[in-house]
Amino acid sequence: MPTEILMPALSPTMEEGNLSKWIKKEGDAVAPGDVIAEIETDKATMEVEAVDEGTLGKILIAEGTEGVKVNTAIALLLTEGESEADLDKAASKPTAEASDEANDDAEQDEPEDKAGGSVPAAPEVKAAADPDIPEGTEMVSTTVREALRDAMAEEMRRDGDVFVMGEEVAEYQGAYKVTQGLLQEFGDKRVVDTPITEHGFAGVGVGAAFAGLKPIVEFMTFNFAMQAIDQIVNSAAKTLYMAGGQMGAPIVFRGPNGAAARVAAQHSQCYAAWYGHIPGLKVVMPYTAADAKGLLKAAIRDPNPVIFLENEILYGQSFDVPKMDDFVLPIGKARIHKEGKDATIVSFGIGMTYAVKAAEELAGEGIDVEVIDLRTIRPMDLDTVIASVKKTNRLVTVEEGFPQSSVGAHIASQVMQRAFDYLDAPVITVAGKDVPMPYAANLEKLALPSVAEVVEAVKAVSYRS
Amino acid sequence: MARAASKTSAARSRSTKKGAAGAAVQAPKPPKPEDFDKEQELHAYREMLLIRRFEEKAGQLYGMGLIGGFCHLYIGQEAVVVGMQMSMNDGDQVITGYRDHGHMLATGMEARGVMAELTGRRNGYSKGKGGSMHMFSKEKKFYGGHGIVGAQVPLGTGLAFANRYRGDDSVSITYFGDGAANQGQVYESFNMASLWKLPVVYIIENNRYAMGTAVARSSAETDFSHRGLSFKIPGIQVDGMDVRAVKAAGDLAVDWCRSGKGPIILEMQTYRYRGHSMSDPAKYRSKDEVQKMRSEHDPIEQVKQRLVANKWADEDELKAIDKEVREIVGDSAEFAQTDPEPDVSELYTDILL
Ligand SMILES: Cc1ncc(C[n+]2csc(CCOP(=O)(O)OP(=O)(O)O)c2C)c(N)n1
Ligand SMILES: [Mg+2]
Repeated sequence: MPTEILMPALSPTMEEGNLSKWIKKEGDAVAPGDVIAEIETDKATMEVEAVDEGTLGKILIAEGTEGVKVNTAIALLLTEGESEADLDKAASKPTAEASDEANDDAEQDEPEDKAGGSVPAAPEVKAAADPDIPEGTEMVSTTVREALRDAMAEEMRRDGDVFVMGEEVAEYQGAYKVTQGLLQEFGDKRVVDTPITEHGFAGVGVGAAFAGLKPIVEFMTFNFAMQAIDQIVNSAAKTLYMAGGQMGAPIVFRGPNGAAARVAAQHSQCYAAWYGHIPGLKVVMPYTAADAKGLLKAAIRDPNPVIFLENEILYGQSFDVPKMDDFVLPIGKARIHKEGKDATIVSFGIGMTYAVKAAEELAGEGIDVEVIDLRTIRPMDLDTVIASVKKTNRLVTVEEGFPQSSVGAHIASQVMQRAFDYLDAPVITVAGKDVPMPYAANLEKLALPSVAEVVEAVKAVSYRS
Repeated sequence: MARAASKTSAARSRSTKKGAAGAAVQAPKPPKPEDFDKEQELHAYREMLLIRRFEEKAGQLYGMGLIGGFCHLYIGQEAVVVGMQMSMNDGDQVITGYRDHGHMLATGMEARGVMAELTGRRNGYSKGKGGSMHMFSKEKKFYGGHGIVGAQVPLGTGLAFANRYRGDDSVSITYFGDGAANQGQVYESFNMASLWKLPVVYIIENNRYAMGTAVARSSAETDFSHRGLSFKIPGIQVDGMDVRAVKAAGDLAVDWCRSGKGPIILEMQTYRYRGHSMSDPAKYRSKDEVQKMRSEHDPIEQVKQRLVANKWADEDELKAIDKEVREIVGDSAEFAQTDPEPDVSELYTDILL
């Protein structure tokens, strides 16, 4: 049977074109690579080359025809052993127009076909509960800074593939002293000072993780990780998926995040919502020292890229940390910081400082608030939030980041979709103001959320004022 | 580990240097610093002294809690900006990082406005909203004041792009540190600047440290004047503690750019006396090292000695200059403490036009 020569596509988006010229005539011999016709679209012209050897048997689309659909047969090629008589055999095949229709049909069918296999539901992520802390376990008052250092040191003792790299992490002992003592214990092979080249060393970290190491990449602050965000999102987060599960990046990116004090717009930004947006990342943002330790250990062991958002102001704060050989907490599990029945406040990281103080103030006014520390931004433990909302029927979220597309905005939307009937008031999302962080002391205070705003929000959802 | 690696690659780049430089760029000869005349010496002395006294005062105010956040002092490096300013024309632009107080004073920005910005007050150059690291003056062609290490390098290259685009003969003076010189965007900028022959003088202020990291611990090529070689950008090493050497190199570089030859690099070998910022105890270097620089290479002392030796100024005249400078600085500090904080309505202004 003669071979059909089809209208080619010049680009992935081309649907039709003009057959401007036939270079070969019926009866001409053609060899692979011979130019047989010219086609054009509104963007370009292109030569159609023969793929097979033979004789141009019949031209089906005349020179000058416009709007020829891609994949329409434009000519028939007689290959070895075939003659003009064989052309009739092709006549029973769909003609150009008929095949047009066939194409149209196919196009129309397509969406239905896809709909036939409807979009599967996103799998539910269930995090394990926190481990039981054996009765009588000694609690040691520890700063967040020490807890983070201990977590890294313990994991580095446990696994020779874990190493730390970043600016000033080794000889200077860390710009914020989080890596204090690590160089002395583990040496400069495993505690590596880098030049100020965030995009470069983040990429080097991801490459090392591809090769099976388990880097902890410290950013002096997450503000500087904006230099590296392409490697974090495009290389670290997406590779597992793009590689069909063959390889990914077991890496931790950590460092202080959010506003410190009076360091102005370029150094004061919360990235929880930014990274929380990205499939392929886990995002952790602890408040207490115990959570910082248990979750950083989990992050280092996690086979995925984990963004670990710390806070400079929290570094020096002390909390009880259980003295255990191996205290690891589950990523993706919220913690009920304080039980209550009248309203729920959800927060995370330094946002918890406002939430906790507001809850204390409100207790004095007879409002019993449940405070949930999200701990992980992605995957987010909405079940715990929703269970609480079903109990209290009122919800306020608190964070320092910008208000639009914030973590709180996501929680509010999810609660609205999953627990609408349980809400007695619209959710209020308390966030940083929608402005770059100002330097002046008075403006900076206004730009950040305040305990008073949280108190007011809880009263508003409780219809008390 | 880092140290071993830097040694080998430094050797490698040195061996390739000759060929690249020879074939690629007719590197200008490092100029011999010419002696200043009396007027120039007096000018340099006063300008450098103003910066020094200003920075000392800023350090004091920081200690009193009147300045917050990060505050990076320029003490020790004064000759760099003062010498460069003497080479510049009106219309030439300046851009730098966060160690920017000296650059602003050198461009002629008011001490009052800079100090009031440091204290976050409404008459500061950014209405109190930018602080130490983020100040600008369109009038003085000072384009900031940038907190992200290296970010000013493409920006300064863009200023040069605009100059060439408009066909005016202004030059962009783009300052950055030895640490910043390792950022990738610096090299992306070098390539474009050279490709498009943009009038930009890249000034690498090599004060030997990026925070606590000495140059040799971060840089495979520690001769920063060579950093442009693979982009065909010539470079010169300059004694950045000698204001005459800075001016001589500045004259050459600015002429180079104005005559359409494209970008040029000046590595200013300098030193900061204080810690990286107010919160840095600077344990990574010895007191002796600092003391030696101060006593043997101080940029202001050098000028002072020449003024006295040439009998161009006696003790009284120098004291009078000192007094005038102290008055300006004292006045700026006074102003910066009495000027009110910005009005709260400023919280939501200047976000979009
Ligand atoms: C992208 C980025 N990374 C890290 C920092 C933190 N940081 C601020 S200054 C500095 C050192 C820069 O040293 P250098 O370029 O030599 O300039 P110098 O401070 O010596 O003037 C670092 C690491 C930052 N501001 N931006
Ligand atoms: Mg430096």
